[in-house]
Amino acid sequence: MQTTAVNGANYLTYQGKYKGLLGWILSTDHKRIGLLYLYSIATMFTTGVLLGLAMKFELLAPGKTIMEAQTYNSVFTVHGVIMIFMVVVPGLPAVFGNLMLPIMIGARDVAFPKLNLLSWWLYVAGVFLVLAALLFGKGSPDTGWTFYAPYSFKTGTNMLPAIFGAFVLGFSSILTGLNFLVTIHRLRCKGMKWMKLPLFVWTLYGTAWIQLLATPVVGITLVLVALERVFGVGIFDPALGGDPILYQHLFWIYSHPAVYIMILPAMGAISEIIPTFAQKHIFGYKALIASTMAIAFVGYLVWGHHMFTAGMSGTAQYYFSLLTFIVAIPSAIKVFNWISTLYKGSINVQTPFYWAVSFIFVFMIGGLSGLVLGALATDVHVHDTAFVVAHFHYIVFGGTGFAFFAAIHYWFPKIFGRMYDKAWANTGWLVFFVGFLALYTPMFYLGMMGMPRRYYDYLEEFHGGNILSTFGSWVLVTGFIIIVVNLVRSARKGAPAEANPWHGRTLEWTVPSPPPVLNFDEEPVLGEKDGPYNYE
Amino acid sequence: MEHAHHVEHPDMYDAESSKVGMWLFIFTELLLFGALFVIYAVYRYMNPEAFHLAGEELNRVIGTVNTVILLISSMTIAMATTALQKGQRNVAIALVSVTFVIGLAFLVNKYFEWGVKFSHGIWPGSEHMMNEMSHGEVLFFGLYFVMTGLHALHIIIGMAIMVFAVRGLVRGKVHPDRPSLLDNCGLYWHLVDLIWIFLFPLFYLIH
Repeated sequence: MQTTAVNGANYLTYQGKYKGLLGWILSTDHKRIGLLYLYSIATMFTTGVLLGLAMKFELLAPGKTIMEAQTYNSVFTVHGVIMIFMVVVPGLPAVFGNLMLPIMIGARDVAFPKLNLLSWWLYVAGVFLVLAALLFGKGSPDTGWTFYAPYSFKTGTNMLPAIFGAFVLGFSSILTGLNFLVTIHRLRCKGMKWMKLPLFVWTLYGTAWIQLLATPVVGITLVLVALERVFGVGIFDPALGGDPILYQHLFWIYSHPAVYIMILPAMGAISEIIPTFAQKHIFGYKALIASTMAIAFVGYLVWGHHMFTAGMSGTAQYYFSLLTFIVAIPSAIKVFNWISTLYKGSINVQTPFYWAVSFIFVFMIGGLSGLVLGALATDVHVHDTAFVVAHFHYIVFGGTGFAFFAAIHYWFPKIFGRMYDKAWANTGWLVFFVGFLALYTPMFYLGMMGMPRRYYDYLEEFHGGNILSTFGSWVLVTGFIIIVVNLVRSARKGAPAEANPWHGRTLEWTVPSPPPVLNFDEEPVLGEKDGPYNYE
Repeated sequence: MEHAHHVEHPDMYDAESSKVGMWLFIFTELLLFGALFVIYAVYRYMNPEAFHLAGEELNRVIGTVNTVILLISSMTIAMATTALQKGQRNVAIALVSVTFVIGLAFLVNKYFEWGVKFSHGIWPGSEHMMNEMSHGEVLFFGLYFVMTGLHALHIIIGMAIMVFAVRGLVRGKVHPDRPSLLDNCGLYWHLVDLIWIFLFPLFYLIH
């Protein structure tokens, strides 16, 4: 089994019922669908990055630099909608979940392959709906990605396609979650007991529950906003007796758990990478599982911390603040376990490892700055400032984004059957990492000093920090280009990869690279002593 | 592996998976309506008198009739699944068809019920509502139209699934060893029924 299969019939080359492009976009093979997601999400991510770059350029100097205030509003709205609903929410589950989950549990495919393909089509439909909002109608959406009432139904811009697009993307996310839940429950191979599941699978499991149970709430809330725009039903309209703060509650009942949809699979990928490159059993396997499920559960109960300044009773504020501090504990447990896994490990320093340790670094800063926002007194000071933007990007870009890059560098040889150029990959990581720090770290300072978020202009005193931040965005994009060029080139021309280049212990490393169409020649069986992190 | 070109995916049918998948989907539906029930609870708490007044405007007779016929339809679809288990395909087809007709009857009632409201000038954004009703009444009718409308949409989806189930039964793709489509159709229909069981007292009965 330890052979390469670049020229054999693997999932990349096989010929099914349809030829060419149709063989991809109509394929129900989980690996092909995973790649479809990878390409779609990479495209949307690049779009989002360009919008972010434009915003940073606008903030290079006070006053108008390259765009009007209204354009800036649209740019940050579309940047947010793209990055949240099309990149980080589907991100790791849809790409690496689809590519690796069935193989990791010894299955041939997910439970409902056709439904899986439908999820991708819904994703594409959602993308086009949102893009339609940009091209047609009276101006691009300008509400911010949160679609806050009452502005979302008072503004004259083209909100309906964007709202409907977000709804469709949510539906896609629900179906993926449903599929994964059934897959994990029903399709584990013999001997793959719950306490032998790889941690990435466990995090996908927790994530899937959140996708399933939180997304419908934002779905109906968005429908209500649309109905408000079209008919004026009054439910969120204060002029008709409705309560816009109720909108915020319903929105965050989904959108806070959604943050855990973003970060849990990222944590799962890191939990795979750390033991592989420490070449050592993961420290605290059960604690990592428990913390995953604790995050998934407690994550439902903290939404109010987005609304501390919006109008809420003191009692509610105390509880939401307390729960916010509690939800930080399982994340801290994870960091502790990752560090402990490294201790006395025989560390194999490779690109995925660089990404993983830099993930831990930025995730800790992001997490601890979250406590500043979760504490009632300090939140009043930094609410709606650049500090929030910095915190959020440290967690979601530094967390989920870095984990995504860690995962793509980790599973790349498995996915494409080829190895990337390691020197360029390391260079890309370093440039990206430096750019990231330069881009977001000044925003903590700027926020503390009182620079508000979502403004295209600022006072002269904030100039220095913004110059550094904009400069950082250029460095980051340079790193991003290096990474993408290296990976795209290597996917075609890289040296053939071994089946198990990193000496991983999970099942996906037992099949050839790239995997055959049906994953396994015969269904694998996990013995009593086999386990995902069984390093002697 | 060199020549393993036309590889087809194996048939992965698993009745248990289908059932679990349907139950999970029902969870999402419950949360979809759950958010609306939360909104209803909040606004009822804030506007008790207006909700009382507005609730009197609804026709309890039609509401009761619709409740009864939906309960009967839940029975007929349950009988259809049992009939299939016993291998009585034609009985199953007949029972699903009866359920479909009852669903249609529900929609017809709903059509007349909404029609009467419209003729009284009550619809979201109407002049009558904007100028002569209190905020609480506007919210009541806003929620009434959204929630019963969304429910009616689910009735339609449920009926569409029935069409597929009957087609499967006729073509022999749904049979006692592969009943998931009909079973799930039934589960979904019970959900639609169950939601109505909550909508009915909330809008028509409690004052």
